[in-house]
Amino acid sequence: MAWANQDKTAIVGVGATDYYVRGKSWPRTINDMAGEAILKACADAGISIKDIDGFSYYSTAGAGYLDKFDTASLMETLGMPHVSFSATLTSGGGGCPGAIGLATAGLVNEDCKYAVTVMALQQLPQHRLGVVFGAAVPNAENSFLQPSGLVGPGHLMSMLTRRHMHLYGTTQDAFGEIVMATRANTHNRPKAVRKVPLTKEEYDASVMLADPLRRLDFCLETDGAVAVITTTMDRAKDCRHKPAVVHACAHGGQREWGRAFAWMGMPDPHFASSGHKFTADRIWNQSGLCARDMDVALIYDHFSPMVLMQLEDYGFCDKGEGNDYVLSGKIRYDAATQGGVNGGVPVNTHGGNLNEAYIIGMTHIVEGVEQVRGTAINQVKDAEFALVSGGPASLPVSSLILRSA
Amino acid sequence: MSEPTKYGPALLLPGEQIRITTNPNTEPFWEAAKEHRLTACQCANCGHFRMPPSAYCPECSSQDVNWPTLPGTGAVFSFVVCNKNPANGEDYVYVPVVVDLDGAPGARLNANVTGCNAEDVQIGMKVTVDWTGIQDGWVLPNFRKA
Repeated sequence: MAWANQDKTAIVGVGATDYYVRGKSWPRTINDMAGEAILKACADAGISIKDIDGFSYYSTAGAGYLDKFDTASLMETLGMPHVSFSATLTSGGGGCPGAIGLATAGLVNEDCKYAVTVMALQQLPQHRLGVVFGAAVPNAENSFLQPSGLVGPGHLMSMLTRRHMHLYGTTQDAFGEIVMATRANTHNRPKAVRKVPLTKEEYDASVMLADPLRRLDFCLETDGAVAVITTTMDRAKDCRHKPAVVHACAHGGQREWGRAFAWMGMPDPHFASSGHKFTADRIWNQSGLCARDMDVALIYDHFSPMVLMQLEDYGFCDKGEGNDYVLSGKIRYDAATQGGVNGGVPVNTHGGNLNEAYIIGMTHIVEGVEQVRGTAINQVKDAEFALVSGGPASLPVSSLILRSA
Repeated sequence: MSEPTKYGPALLLPGEQIRITTNPNTEPFWEAAKEHRLTACQCANCGHFRMPPSAYCPECSSQDVNWPTLPGTGAVFSFVVCNKNPANGEDYVYVPVVVDLDGAPGARLNANVTGCNAEDVQIGMKVTVDWTGIQDGWVLPNFRKA
């Protein structure tokens, strides 16, 4: 059944700072960077900062997980006269595109007129995401995980990856192809952190950090900020750019995934998955579309195998077929034809978290907006539908379908 | 594809660098571990196992629990080969494993495995519990290749 809020809102503004290698953004502060992203998003939309009256966060309003966004501080800093919607999705980066659905809830409820979704990330030495699970003070729950020495998200993701390799014969070659295929999309992107094309030999020589995963299977560690503005369709028509219409959006998940790799209790086949099946089914039901209807897929890539497992969970290929799908070139973008390769749907035409920048999923939303506007650097010809996913992590995970107006 | 890495013996992370805390739901598990008795939280009403121990049975909502003595054996469900001690970043080969516990269907523990080279750990490998003293007098269940 079609979603009640289908095509009722749109993303009308996007803004971002430069992307800095972890820790290099200092002496900028996190509110400085968040402010730049929000002001640029307003300029992009053609509205005033004074028009912003809603905040729709994810990651529990966490800025880089360890700082917190506070609407009151942002108002004090940026001067919005009043706010009538301020809400967040729970848990972590899995909620990123879901925050646009939350914004939609505030907008269609007439709580607010323009809602901003923002993430800023500044990984100073005491605030490094990569060791966040190990740095946490022991509590009763994580006392069943930390003592094993699974201290970083990469360790945890490797556990799921190993199981996938065992069950389906998935190879490290496929992970390498995901990194290389998306790296091929950054050579022409001025702001990308990694721009030099990657060879298989270089991938194979990358140091093993958590066998079976190599350093290059891990996403970048980035400082920076990204903001996007969502509004109702009637207001979107008066904004500067063609609206990126919110066609479907869902967050959540099922109990078998739950706390996921912070738990490790997931039964097969959920263990060796991205935890997105439930949410994928929801957005396809909301929209009446399927994976093959997407013109481009912006898939959250904190770790390369999670791209493969999301391709399965979203139905780009069958469960267990991700290895062959990826290795047949089907996630590549062909600049010559401005389309996919071998019948596939281009994935992460912006280079993703692995190559461009890691701002906890926000860059994927920006790329989705630019694709359906028709202004992307690696534009897919006549892109009508863009899929954006967030996570995989503890629930909720989320996804979004943007549609060209 | 490159050759698989030869890591050598899988080590235990040193117990003196490991801390846990408990709450009233989890404490019986850790008290049993102090006596080198492997248990798991089992619903006293419907028999469903859940780990970590929690306040309610997710199947029947009962709060009554049993702490049966398990055989102390299990099988590797998945594993990762790590090569740096997280406490200091020094080279150190250890293998975190997710273990399916015999006698407690659905219950798993995350631990280190020893008794073989890291590159020889396999999914499905049988393991037996091996107790490690950690900080504050607590005892941690790890596993050894059976």
